[in-house]
Amino acid sequence: MVSTQTAFEPITADPQSSPVIQLHDIRKVYRTGSLEVEALRGVSLTIEQGEYVAIMGPSGSGKSTLMHILGCLDVPTSGTYLLGGEDVGGMDEIDLAEVRNRQIGFVFQQFNLLPSLTAVRNVELPLTYAAVPRMRRRELAQEALARVGLAERMHHRPGEMSGGQQQRVAVARALASDPQLLLADEPTGNLDSTASEEVLGLFDELHQQGRTVVVITHEAEVAERAARTIRVRDGHIVADDVNSPGGLR
Amino acid sequence: MIWSDILGNGWDAIRTHKLRSMLTALGILIGIAAVVLTVGFGQGARQQVSKQLSALGGNLLIISPGSSTSNGVRGGFGSAQTLTSADATALSSRTAAPDIGSVAPVLQSNSQSLVNGSTNWTTTVVGTDPSWLTVRGRSLSSGRFISTDDESKAAAVTVLAADTASELFGPLNPVGQNVTINGVPFQVVGVLTATGSDSSQNLDDQAIVPLSTAQQRVVGGSNRTSVQNIYVKATTDDRLSAAYQEANSILSYRHGISSTSSADFTITTQQSVINTTSSVDSTLTNLLIGIAALSLIVGGIGVMNIMLVSVKERTREIGLRKAVGGTPATIRKQFLAEASMLGLSGGLLGVVLGVGAALILPHLISSPIAISVPWILIAIATAIVIGIGFGVYPAARAARLSPIDALRSE
Repeated sequence: MVSTQTAFEPITADPQSSPVIQLHDIRKVYRTGSLEVEALRGVSLTIEQGEYVAIMGPSGSGKSTLMHILGCLDVPTSGTYLLGGEDVGGMDEIDLAEVRNRQIGFVFQQFNLLPSLTAVRNVELPLTYAAVPRMRRRELAQEALARVGLAERMHHRPGEMSGGQQQRVAVARALASDPQLLLADEPTGNLDSTASEEVLGLFDELHQQGRTVVVITHEAEVAERAARTIRVRDGHIVADDVNSPGGLR
Repeated sequence: MIWSDILGNGWDAIRTHKLRSMLTALGILIGIAAVVLTVGFGQGARQQVSKQLSALGGNLLIISPGSSTSNGVRGGFGSAQTLTSADATALSSRTAAPDIGSVAPVLQSNSQSLVNGSTNWTTTVVGTDPSWLTVRGRSLSSGRFISTDDESKAAAVTVLAADTASELFGPLNPVGQNVTINGVPFQVVGVLTATGSDSSQNLDDQAIVPLSTAQQRVVGGSNRTSVQNIYVKATTDDRLSAAYQEANSILSYRHGISSTSSADFTITTQQSVINTTSSVDSTLTNLLIGIAALSLIVGGIGVMNIMLVSVKERTREIGLRKAVGGTPATIRKQFLAEASMLGLSGGLLGVVLGVGAALILPHLISSPIAISVPWILIAIATAIVIGIGFGVYPAARAARLSPIDALRSE
């Protein structure tokens, strides 16, 4: 995979020493007019380097809000969030964009590939925002695609690929900038069981290679693959279990 | 983010929606083509006028009888006879008028019938003296011009302009032949080189005779010393205003005029004719440019409209770009790049269309159309500015979108 000699300066001094994610008493309140909805009511959570964690919960449980906050797509109303030891609470939109760019790789339910771009150019996207020079960017993107087994499909557009392949391109995109955290939001929600297996197999591999993977899901089969399952309900963490046998395969 | 990537993104977006982008650019295209054409028309007309006038001899003053302010209409025979041959002689004095190079008095009579055997031709007969050739900047294709000798003897000789010669004599050389003017026989001594038309008459259709001959035999009338116009050529171009002053003071003195308002003559310069023509042209050009500018604004609104639709339609894309590290500034730049490229492509295509029309149209209509490189550059710059200007608001909207709302949208 990507060597340590990439164009990315690690934001934290020593990411190895601190947990990837430390949430302390995170609350999130949405206001719509006079109505206040408390989506998260004090969530505290630590995820160490190299963990494979599933966050489960029914819809409306607050797991999407939690994912947005973990992904620095939204900011909590109160509480502290240390990502790789760095407090992202006080950051403005520009700093957050940079954190997302360098520290977090996203995989979405809808794949969210740009239909007009080829696979390799989709994978390059985070690297263009990091202003990686063109040649280097192409190299990194090709490595990432090879990694997800799509070296042959480099110049295909999303429309010419199956759902499973598209999601693997999305995983390659998430890996391209060598982030600390791979954050997947219902990654198998739009896939059939074969394609789901492809993607989850990929996550297993990444986990075995020491990557930190957080999967948000409502499917028990997906959660079982992880080493640890956190259950969310009504804005609280209701269970945090280390998975028995099925976890590490 | 690297600039070339921002531009590349914009270009990709334009290419993805080819038809829509083309229709959007069309508004700008038409406006720019209109600007290139109207400016070309204006400049072409101006160039043509000044070319014609300088062909007639630059640094020329035309003295006419009567004051345009007090007399109103002038020019008909007998209505104003304030200029005489003696005025012309006085103006040619080297000591009184050192800046006047040459002077040609002219007595002109329209609709004179010229006959060669059985061939008839009606033309303008111009009575003048030998300096006319210099003053009007003309030359001879064959034979000689009127001489001082012809002038003093009121000889029955004539010099024909090119068209007149060919109408009367066909391909034959008319020099040495005879024609009758108003029944009086004249010998043709020379033929003028063809020169073209000015705004009011065909300069290649006239017959030149000595002034004395015209006064006595062609025009007639009671006052046989009067002339219609006196053409005055300054020694050099930059002495034109000095020559003007000298002509004005000599004539005022000779005619006993004390104030300019009571002057019984008018001096016009070629430059004043150019200025009049140009100002008429520039009024028209400005009007047309105004219309073109309006169409550019309409085109710009088209760009804004499409960009707003595009932002709406690509909300998910914007969300994704933000999620993977796009800052509001880079998103804004991307949409501005797209808008300015829409403007630029409209501008370039508009210039191509305008220049194409400027090359083809002169073959279909008689007006020349100039192709002005500075204006083409201005037009292209304007197109880009319009693209950016009308892209600011849509781009700001895209930049403001929150990543989660954008990712959630369907």
